[in-house]
Amino acid sequence: MLHKYRWYEYVLIYFGVAVFLTFVLAPFVEAFVVSLRPLSSLFAIPYRFITNKMSFDAYFTMWENVPLLWRYMLNSFFIASVVTVLGLICIIPAAYAFARFEFPARNSLLGIFIAVNMFSGAVLIIPLFKLMQQYGLLNTYFAMIAPGTAFVIPTGIWLLRSYLVRIPKELEEAAWADGAGKIYTLVRVIIPVALPGIVVVTITAFITAYAQQFIYALTFNSVNELNPLPVGLFQFFGRQTVVWNELMAASIVGILPVLFVYVFLQRYIVAGLTAGAVKE
Amino acid sequence: MAHTAKQKDYFPYLLLLPASIVMVAIVAYPLFETFRLSFTNTSMSPNFEYVGLDNYEKLMSRRFPEVIARTFYWMSLSVALKMLIGTLGAVLLNAMVPGRTLFRILVMPPWVIPIAIGVFIWGWMYNGQFGMISGLAQRIGILSGPFEFLAYKNSAFMATIVTDVWIGVPMVTLYLLASMQSIPKDLYEAAWVDGASRSYRFRRITLPLIFPSIATMALLSAIATFNSFDIIWILTEGGPRGATTTMIIDTYKTAISRFKYGEGAARTVMIVLFLGSFTLVYFMLLTRLARRSPHNAA
Repeated sequence: MLHKYRWYEYVLIYFGVAVFLTFVLAPFVEAFVVSLRPLSSLFAIPYRFITNKMSFDAYFTMWENVPLLWRYMLNSFFIASVVTVLGLICIIPAAYAFARFEFPARNSLLGIFIAVNMFSGAVLIIPLFKLMQQYGLLNTYFAMIAPGTAFVIPTGIWLLRSYLVRIPKELEEAAWADGAGKIYTLVRVIIPVALPGIVVVTITAFITAYAQQFIYALTFNSVNELNPLPVGLFQFFGRQTVVWNELMAASIVGILPVLFVYVFLQRYIVAGLTAGAVKE
Repeated sequence: MAHTAKQKDYFPYLLLLPASIVMVAIVAYPLFETFRLSFTNTSMSPNFEYVGLDNYEKLMSRRFPEVIARTFYWMSLSVALKMLIGTLGAVLLNAMVPGRTLFRILVMPPWVIPIAIGVFIWGWMYNGQFGMISGLAQRIGILSGPFEFLAYKNSAFMATIVTDVWIGVPMVTLYLLASMQSIPKDLYEAAWVDGASRSYRFRRITLPLIFPSIATMALLSAIATFNSFDIIWILTEGGPRGATTTMIIDTYKTAISRFKYGEGAARTVMIVLFLGSFTLVYFMLLTRLARRSPHNAA
């Protein structure tokens, strides 16, 4: 048969997968192991991967030693959520317009939206900083939310548009024929049918917004209470002598929410991402 | 039906309004501002003057050409590794062996987690005294003593690339895997019936058919890698002695750390020019692919 492998091919494939997954997963294993080791044993020479005094202590002590840890996590979650909601408000109608309507300059407009994907927050950080400063928006949630929103929109439009074009046109034409308004049709007919696609866009936008908060917060915010998790940890552990086991414990706790989202919804994420666009 | 025809005129634009407002406010207007500021000596104070092409002349005479070269070197190495490892990974995960669904799930975590947090972990791993890499290398006997990866020019350069590859590989793998799975099975069956070997089938069927995906992915990776900020900033802040200072890092340092917004803006204009040419190539590629298979692209 076509997919029957010889024994040495099995060995080769599993060995390759093992090497590949080791590269991908080793940092997570290392982070977890370090979070379980007492600080004294981390700085022992010669190097040891595991010691016999492993414990979850760091997961308890970090809350006292990083007093704002809860706040950082909530901030991260809040910023990513608002970015996602604002993003959807922009993405859904725009994707619908590009998927369904013929209008002058449609393709060039779509091109312009997609071209924005080429820029990142890092490119526009100077003028954005200047503008935020000018309008007194530094050190507000807004300064961290607005650029995030702008940079989830292009991917979202691209993803959702490729989903919407597959929905049969007859569906909304029937609604129009019944005298339903166009906005009503979008909200009551298209959005329910497109829900799986919208879910994919929502998850992708949230993960992106959660993953890429660093530069905006680092640059536009100097109020510690407003920091999202990555910058909160960066500032805290940068200033202190690094308590590595607690930093790793806090990192793992910060990773868990998105990891859960991913594990439960990975089927949709994988299907959606490969349908069109790409976040990196 | 006169009123519906009239409605048709503005309705799509109404739909595009929210997204357009955000794009103009956060992308278009700031881009225009960057261009304007690049001709000024603007700094911390609200007063500034137009200085013509001064900022651009400074770019030419100083070490900036070196930064450009380094950026492209950094980017090419990183993208090449991402494509190589990503293609190999996709081939492995495409194999019909037990456990493949689990393997596919396990690939994605570096993409899912916040980039900065992934980089913290790598920061510890690169630690010379107590980190995993130096530690294991000493155990095995590759290194005779502690080696501080981020303290030397060459090793820091490579270390930032490895971390960038780690973050970028999952997406490349996933995308190429999907591309491989969209190849019609009967092509393989036919080749198999004709007695073609596995490697022959790979070279003559898989590789040519996924090549457009590889090209697209390489270009998108190049753009993302060019823009990479978090990784370098957290690991080395562009050091040691500028060894990891790419254009993005150099621009950030100039403008945000040293408050020379005007000079920073001129650097940003250069970056936009480079990214603009990538974009042009990207659209040319998209239209090419669209012409070849109308269902995949466009």
